[in-house]
Amino acid sequence: MGKVPHVSELHDPPTAQQLIESVREWLETDVFPQVEGRLQFHTRVAMNVLAMVERELEIGGEQNEHYAAGLAAFQCNNEAELAEKIRTGALLSKEAEVEEFVLNSVKEKLRVANPKYLRDE
Amino acid sequence: MESIPSTPEELSLAITAATGLDGITQMRRLTGGASRETWSFHVGDEQRIIQRQRLTSPRDMHVEVGVLEAAYAAGVPVPRVLASSRDLVGENPVGTQFMIVNAFEGETIARKILRDDEYGTARKILPAQFGSALGKLHRINSEVPGLEDVDQIAFYKEHLRDCGQSHPAFEIAFRWLDENRPPIGRRCLVHGDFRMGNLIIGNEGLRAVLDWELAHIGDPAEDLGWLCVRAWRFGGGQPVGGIGAYKDLLEAYGESSGEYISLETLRWWEVLGTVKWGLMCISQAAYHLTGSVRSHELAAIGRRVCENEYDALLAIRELKNGKGATRV
Repeated sequence: MGKVPHVSELHDPPTAQQLIESVREWLETDVFPQVEGRLQFHTRVAMNVLAMVERELEIGGEQNEHYAAGLAAFQCNNEAELAEKIRTGALLSKEAEVEEFVLNSVKEKLRVANPKYLRDE
Repeated sequence: MESIPSTPEELSLAITAATGLDGITQMRRLTGGASRETWSFHVGDEQRIIQRQRLTSPRDMHVEVGVLEAAYAAGVPVPRVLASSRDLVGENPVGTQFMIVNAFEGETIARKILRDDEYGTARKILPAQFGSALGKLHRINSEVPGLEDVDQIAFYKEHLRDCGQSHPAFEIAFRWLDENRPPIGRRCLVHGDFRMGNLIIGNEGLRAVLDWELAHIGDPAEDLGWLCVRAWRFGGGQPVGGIGAYKDLLEAYGESSGEYISLETLRWWEVLGTVKWGLMCISQAAYHLTGSVRSHELAAIGRRVCENEYDALLAIRELKNGKGATRV
């Protein structure tokens, strides 16, 4: 991997991301092949969850900043305000831009939650 | 209060006392869901299933008994209710509401049905069989007591408002759903959760439709749209349960019910179904977050909400551009 985006001034290595990665790799190589049935399924879920957290630790900070800036462009302080404005029709004059922004933000969530889900549009 | 029979022996005795069914063997618990438990047993060579409501469940299982009986009488492939607490006079030795049905051999796991060679023949005919079964179900005229008619849009809007989270994508979807709602059609008995996972499949095709807990009165297109939601395609490339084209479902449905639903209407219900599953993912994660059930599996489902936001927004864009009705 080699990426160390969450270097802490205080905490010693490994980074949070590297620690999680080490547990995920252990589940993949040592645990998963040894279990079956429901336990294997739950092991797979656990591996997926850890991989998701690794991705969020890597790109989540940047994504959050980007999202806040996008919300501000629609005069929203937070996501709840955007949702409210869409519901009440306050942003109808910018409907296309809002839809583009929301679709892009959903894609950002998928880049962390499940990148394989994204498809050619 | 007396304790509910909980061991296999106690439950067997209780069933005999309640129904007169004698010679019960091989009693074993299959699953224990949030609202009910399911046990399997034998009477002679015949396998039987008993579903028993949990004390804490607010649901009335006797409504489901009535639904199953009506569906069976209409020729829908369903388990046959052999006995239930509804028909008891006096006390119920089983402790809570229950029903006993015949068992079906077969597969319910979607990934196997979608991929294993032994279901190759079944996959070709299943979409039409789904249409035909739903057609028969939606033609039922008899009244089943206790079923509710809930406006799906109003119900799930409220769900979104009350979930304690903001989801701009679902607000966009509800706006589109409101503006494009098909004329309110006929009301009928709908299954409410007709999809892979709740269907028993054999190598020759559909054997039984299970899980009637969510049955209600609604628009017939609701069941068809739900079956096409991307989550229920389990990675399959085709819209109907991952294995069939829209037109196979719609044509078989039309032949079976005499009612031809348009692709536009079906896709509107598919978008609503997508939003609905997204909201249900929020609820599933909430079981973990509120501490009622601790489970990393449930927790992870919270991060599947955005899959449904994505599908809903893409489907809406496609339908707005007029492409949605041609992609059969």
